[in-house]
Amino acid sequence: MPRLEPPQRLPRIISSPGSTTFNRTSSWRNLVPRIDLALCTGCLLCWKFCPEACVGLPGPKPEIGMDYCKGCGVCAQECPAECISMDQEAEA
Amino acid sequence: MKTSIPQEELLRSGHQACQGCASTVAMRYALKGLGRRTIIVVPACCWTVISGAAPNSSLDVPLLHAPFASAAATACGVKAGLQARGDEETTVMVWAGDGSTYDIGLQSWSGAAERGEDMLYVCYDNEAYMNTGVQRSGATPMGVWTMTTPDGNRRPKKDLDALLEAHHISYAATASIAYPEDFVRKFAKARAIKGFRFIRVFSPCPPGWKYDPDKTVDLARLAVLTGVFPLYEIEAGAFRLNLAPAKLKPLAEYLAPQGRYKGLDPEALAREQGSVTERWQRLLARKAAS
Repeated sequence: MPRLEPPQRLPRIISSPGSTTFNRTSSWRNLVPRIDLALCTGCLLCWKFCPEACVGLPGPKPEIGMDYCKGCGVCAQECPAECISMDQEAEA
Repeated sequence: MKTSIPQEELLRSGHQACQGCASTVAMRYALKGLGRRTIIVVPACCWTVISGAAPNSSLDVPLLHAPFASAAATACGVKAGLQARGDEETTVMVWAGDGSTYDIGLQSWSGAAERGEDMLYVCYDNEAYMNTGVQRSGATPMGVWTMTTPDGNRRPKKDLDALLEAHHISYAATASIAYPEDFVRKFAKARAIKGFRFIRVFSPCPPGWKYDPDKTVDLARLAVLTGVFPLYEIEAGAFRLNLAPAKLKPLAEYLAPQGRYKGLDPEALAREQGSVTERWQRLLARKAAS
């Protein structure tokens, strides 16, 4: 009887969970969000509405993960304190 | 820190959705409500791409790709497999676009619903075949521009919610990304119910609807506040309107930011406003009667 190969040696037909994080989608971005934390009330709507799941909650105030932000501007549009501005991305 | 919806993220960054895509926000909320013990079945739709190219996945839960016509049939098989292994805990969720739900996969979900199969079927409705480049579907509203209706769609949107109710399913609901707490609550509730559950999610699409991506949540909210997409749920036949504004906003507020409605003349706008108001009145009458 041939010995069965361990699963990791099988052809990679099964995707690894949550593995798209290798793909830094920041290169899609034309506009870049900037949070003025002095004005931020910590309502966390930016975290809730982010389509990229890239707004982190390191503490009571949010932090945008710039490796993945595509610059859609939903956070800036929805922020009730209007403390997020969308600036032109610097030329690479 | 306390948050009004769970903090655990089962959708990861680096996915392939367009900027400002509503269906990714919807998936985040759905999995916050369902939790890790979930298996997703996806037919051909935008999510075929968003979930990542093999061997990568943007999700922390298993996902199976199914042909366009057979997502619900595939989910029946997954559920039967789980049951054979003694797993009654895991939720099987179909996550399908409107093309698969309204048109191509209608027979397979209709069969599953009629048999009372134990699954949650979710349609994220972006009102056209967006993944292949904006072709009209049965979910496309009247008057709307698509690649295949360049002078405006001539047929009204299919009333899927009525079609579902005719199947006597255990739970039916609508959900909008503009109301995260209501959204997550409905998925948590659907998880606990047995039998065929259906949730229709409203999913604004920046490239397909021709608006700036930052307006995604705003449009989802306006759709609710204008009565285009009322939030309600029907549990074991009992109807509940989740949000009833005292006065609906005018339809024109919702249409204005969308390029796909640019060709709509005032006469057509009045007709559309009339049909939205008429449907809203029917829902209010139903609320009063329940």
